[in-house]
Amino acid sequence: MRALPVGDSALLVEVTSGEEAQALHAELLRRRSEGTLTVREIVPAARTVLLDGLADPVRWASELTTTDLPPVPPRAREVVELPVRYAGPDLADVAAHWGVSEQEVARIHASAEYRVAFCGFAPGFGYLTGLPPLYDVPRRATPRTAVPAGSVALAGPYTGVYPRSSPGGWQLIGTTDTVLWDHTRVPAALLSPGTRVRFVPVGAA
Amino acid sequence: MTDRALAVVRAGALTTVQDRGRPGHAHLGVPRAGALDGPAAALVNRLVGNPVEAAVLETTLNGCAVRPRSTVTVAVGGAPCPVTLDGRPVAWGAPVRVPAGALLEVGAAVRGVRSYVAVSGGVAVEPVLGSRSTDLLSGLGPAPLTDGTVLPLGPVLAPHARVDVAPQPSPPAELVLRVTLGPRDDWFTPEAVRTFTSRPYRVSPASNRIGLRTEGPSLERARPGELPSEGMVLGAVQVPPDGRPVVFLADHPTTGGYPVIGVVRAVDLSATAQALPGTPIRFVAVRRR
Repeated sequence: MRALPVGDSALLVEVTSGEEAQALHAELLRRRSEGTLTVREIVPAARTVLLDGLADPVRWASELTTTDLPPVPPRAREVVELPVRYAGPDLADVAAHWGVSEQEVARIHASAEYRVAFCGFAPGFGYLTGLPPLYDVPRRATPRTAVPAGSVALAGPYTGVYPRSSPGGWQLIGTTDTVLWDHTRVPAALLSPGTRVRFVPVGAA
Repeated sequence: MTDRALAVVRAGALTTVQDRGRPGHAHLGVPRAGALDGPAAALVNRLVGNPVEAAVLETTLNGCAVRPRSTVTVAVGGAPCPVTLDGRPVAWGAPVRVPAGALLEVGAAVRGVRSYVAVSGGVAVEPVLGSRSTDLLSGLGPAPLTDGTVLPLGPVLAPHARVDVAPQPSPPAELVLRVTLGPRDDWFTPEAVRTFTSRPYRVSPASNRIGLRTEGPSLERARPGELPSEGMVLGAVQVPPDGRPVVFLADHPTTGGYPVIGVVRAVDLSATAQALPGTPIRFVAVRRR
């Protein structure tokens, strides 16, 4: 673990794996809720957690780099189930990339359990991990100018669900009717870092 | 014409509702937003008797015109501009009584970019995640104003300030931005780091509320490839593949994959809100406090 100061009041804590980033994130949330860490933002990402709005980044840098992280409790959060129609426009391309049939893409994708590693790109857009590395796919060579809300998509090691229509370069494999983001709802984001997710196939694939 | 509302007669090039933003939601991919020139927004609020966190209008270059439906106190600050009431000049940078139905015109900025218009009671659109700010990156908050938009106003809580004209900083002839290096300065050659902190840059016309884009020498990477996406802070100086630094402003994305060579001190950012395209920029390396 490495802690890099960012400006005068933030710290970027860098780790070596996504799992370690999730464990660090869980530990930082625990410390914030017990009142020993005062910070405005805790922003997990692929291999880092950013602490922004920190009174004493230098002290936390030495504190965190000498801490042994407890592993993430595997059943800490309930599972959010997202019903998916596996009929996205890139399903055939993903099937070809994986070397399986389109039905098999749906079966493989829906058989994994996912966890929101981090959010970004748009409010409520989660980067979900859970598929084995052999199912990594590249982004589309040409991004779409408008990806419909509810699109379930793959890129690299991640699955994501577009909370609203936006441009995007991910491979679209399906659609869900579940509303991912609603600012009038509490919480506004259905998925936040650490949320466990399962995709449940509905209708004909 | 007694209801507390403000009709937008001329929206201008880009006028948005801004308060102090919605920090605390970056982990959900929600930018902070908020007035780019925070001190100017706070000052005009104080002039009309509002709390500093009340929502104001932020104009861009050519002002706006509004007609209140009840008598209000208004103050215009930030970028200096002519202000008229039913065609007659009134003070900039001071509280002005605007009778119900009168037309308040906020003219084009004489210097600087963004003028701020506070109205007694504050703009009272429905808050989203605790803020009324328009976020141009993610579309949260009220849409940018259009001609005919009617904005609700909140209750008046306190009398306006008793001042003639409040002193305000001039828009900058040159931006001097103090920068602490890192966290990814090691992604650049030592020569590029020297270039960044010693050579002049200029404000690019492609700048907006998301970032201050620059023109100037390209910064060469010491290593190829991409960073895995990581959290971004306000004032982060990100360097995209074209090598020209971009300073992240209020509507910046919460994560990004281009390396951050340094971070501009927060107190230096309000001046960037008023820097016209072409304004010279110097990035000055300072030690971390």
